[in-house]
Amino acid sequence: MVETRTPAHDDQPLMVADGLGKNYGRLAACRDVCFALYPGEVLAIVGESGSGKTTLLQLLSAQLAPTSGRVSYRMRDGVLRDLNSLGEAERRFLFRTDWGYVHQDPALGLRMAVSAGANVGERLMAVGWNHYGRIRDTATSWLERVEIDTARIDDAPRTYSGGMRQRLQIARNLVTEPRLVFMDEPTGGLDVSVQARLLDLMRNLVSELGLAAIVVTHDLAVARLLSHRVMVMKGGRVIETGLTDQVLDDPHEPYTQLLVSSILPP
Amino acid sequence: MTAMIEILDAEKTFTMHLQGGVKLPVVRGVSFRVKAGECVVLSGPSGAGKSSILKMIFGNYRCDSGRIGIFHEGAQLDLAKAEPREILGVRRSTIGYVSQFLRAVPRVPTIDVVAEPLIATGTPRADARGQAGALLRCLNIPERLWMLPPSTFSGGEQQRVNIARGFISDHPILLLDEPTASLDAKNREVVVDLIDEKKRAGVAMVAIVHDDEIRRLIADRVIDVTSFAAAA
Repeated sequence: MVETRTPAHDDQPLMVADGLGKNYGRLAACRDVCFALYPGEVLAIVGESGSGKTTLLQLLSAQLAPTSGRVSYRMRDGVLRDLNSLGEAERRFLFRTDWGYVHQDPALGLRMAVSAGANVGERLMAVGWNHYGRIRDTATSWLERVEIDTARIDDAPRTYSGGMRQRLQIARNLVTEPRLVFMDEPTGGLDVSVQARLLDLMRNLVSELGLAAIVVTHDLAVARLLSHRVMVMKGGRVIETGLTDQVLDDPHEPYTQLLVSSILPP
Repeated sequence: MTAMIEILDAEKTFTMHLQGGVKLPVVRGVSFRVKAGECVVLSGPSGAGKSSILKMIFGNYRCDSGRIGIFHEGAQLDLAKAEPREILGVRRSTIGYVSQFLRAVPRVPTIDVVAEPLIATGTPRADARGQAGALLRCLNIPERLWMLPPSTFSGGEQQRVNIARGFISDHPILLLDEPTASLDAKNREVVVDLIDEKKRAGVAMVAIVHDDEIRRLIADRVIDVTSFAAAA
């Protein structure tokens, strides 16, 4: 069993968004978003479809260039850099090692036709690992950590169930020990029992590895279980933000009150 | 002596936007101090705002005005104005909270639910589990249940798991919301003993208890919350 790392008392933000906005023609998909994310912190972005959550996630993960404002990220050398100013090599480094990105649809984050072991090993080879035995051992131990039967290591994920695919995608992302993981509706499309297992797993991994994460979800229960802080979005703006239990137990904005009161009791 | 909790003129109103913006005043002018080793019991009828005050001290409800001074890591921090990450820091090392109901993550074994606050502050897992087991035993939760998630337990068992989780840390401040509500006489006694132990260790506590007998046993001071009634 892996020992939990003591929470980082790092006072330097890992990522800073400043006046971030994105227009599609005349449509402002995302407006004036400001926040600072600290190491080890899990931030949930909630709101209904069309509120700008996914656009924001793409801006933060440098997949989309902002129309206004900037996103800065603290590189491993401790320097805070504007994502827009990074060269191609630096950006690739972030994607390959320092960041993870968990898609709602595992087929987007996995290579469906190659084995599970290769899916995990590929990220290691991308950062220079070349010893087959070590790569396979590390891949095996990660499959165990995400509760996939290691007898299935040589099977391709297209033979896996939805829940297993999602756990494999998480293993593939975490194997390089990233400092920040983006997650886009990580439990969407899974049935409830599978969701609970995945949430429990993600929660433990995030705290054991001291990861920072930005999780987009429309499910407030997911936000409550996984995140420390939450940002509520509506019409491209952040309308309310705070500690997750504060915002969910004592929502101030009319829209947040509507969201919270719309949850069906279990 | 430094106050562990120092509340000054705190006020809380709910605005219900979905009900046409109705304002629901909860409490106003809340002011009191709690010293180390002291147990203050909040009294007053249901709906007077006792639980809301506890939630304001825990940073779960936001105050509209006033100050929630918490002695945290050698200095007083105003929780009413603190950043989310400061509040998380306070909860990690300074304030523990035993709510009426257990809100546990599905699938997690009872022993880990109880051990989690210790693990979060860096205690090795084996030690944390050892301490969790000792507390569970003392609260009469049989060992055969420890590896099961508490979701299937009875109300009284869940509450005892909740108490174990709240009492396991060495937090200098402990908030107790009806810790003995669904317990039998034997387990109520155990909780009274645990509270006594915390007092001797210098823990400042604010509690809500409806049982007169328990209140008499644990309260160093009773604060009547109706004096903070915010009837507009």
